[in-house]
Amino acid sequence: MSTPSIVLVIVVLGAGTYALRVLGVVLRDRLTLPEPLLRLLPLAAAALLLSLAATAALTDAGEFAGVARPVGVLAGTIAAWRRLPFLVVVLIAAGTAAGLRQLGVP
Amino acid sequence: MNVGTPWRTEDRRLVRDVAAISLAVGFVGLSFGAIAVASGLPRWSVVAMSLIVFAGGSQFMAIAMLAGGNPVAAILGGLMLNARHLPFGLAVADAVGESRWRRLIGAHLMVDESVAFALAQPDARRRRFAYWLTGTVLFLCWQIGTVAGVAVGSAVGDPATYGLDAAFPACLLALLMPTLRRPDARRVAIVGAAVAVAASFVLPAGLPVLLALTGLAAAGRSKTLTEVTA
Repeated sequence: MSTPSIVLVIVVLGAGTYALRVLGVVLRDRLTLPEPLLRLLPLAAAALLLSLAATAALTDAGEFAGVARPVGVLAGTIAAWRRLPFLVVVLIAAGTAAGLRQLGVP
Repeated sequence: MNVGTPWRTEDRRLVRDVAAISLAVGFVGLSFGAIAVASGLPRWSVVAMSLIVFAGGSQFMAIAMLAGGNPVAAILGGLMLNARHLPFGLAVADAVGESRWRRLIGAHLMVDESVAFALAQPDARRRRFAYWLTGTVLFLCWQIGTVAGVAVGSAVGDPATYGLDAAFPACLLALLMPTLRRPDARRVAIVGAAVAVAASFVLPAGLPVLLALTGLAAAGRSKTLTEVTA
């Protein structure tokens, strides 16, 4: 790969991502959104985040992510549901997935 | 100052949670740095990408596309993946802040985790605290992880070996739990996630997550004042 194409990707992807980040923050003030729509904003964020978690847990490049990853996520979610500290959630999720892979589970 | 003590306890808890997530993010940064160098990117460009883009998913995608000789796909795919930041910004604008500088700097700290942490807080003061704390600490950990990965190189190996691919969804789910206790949020999020998972088998990365916004159809009507106070 050539240096100009690497620089192009970093600059354009970086600028575009920053623009997307700033745009929402600035628009919130410029637009006077009606009350029902304001109520939907945190719901929209929650839907995006949960779908991000679900797709990352279950799929990989358009296919099922195997067994080890979803089981690890499930174990971590149970830990979180029982209000265990975050460090424990992270360690249980990662440890379960890594352990299953050690045993040859895909 | 009348509510000094309980706030501080909550803040301490928040700091502890952020530290746990930062550790995981640091290790993902480490594997990003290592994989990027292994796939042929010059070291300076890997560090520059983490500083300038600061969005893990799109960075992994970009190095894969660049290695495949397709910089245009790297840009378009990455931007599609990051389009969710626009609705994120609308939702957490108050946590980012009011002054021009707070907005210009705070916007760059907008990542899934800082949005999720802010969303989980019950009041404005803690929303802002959570957003900035998470964003700043994660930014630093991502950079430190990247530099370490670039230095260590291919010795790091695949993040899946350490189960890090399971840590990110589990963290997000843990962060979302307080929000998902609200029935309307739960309906919207579950419908959205189901649509996104189904779509990710047919559509390119980025689009399925945006389709989760169709879940808003399940929001129901907003409560009237009498229902809220009843």
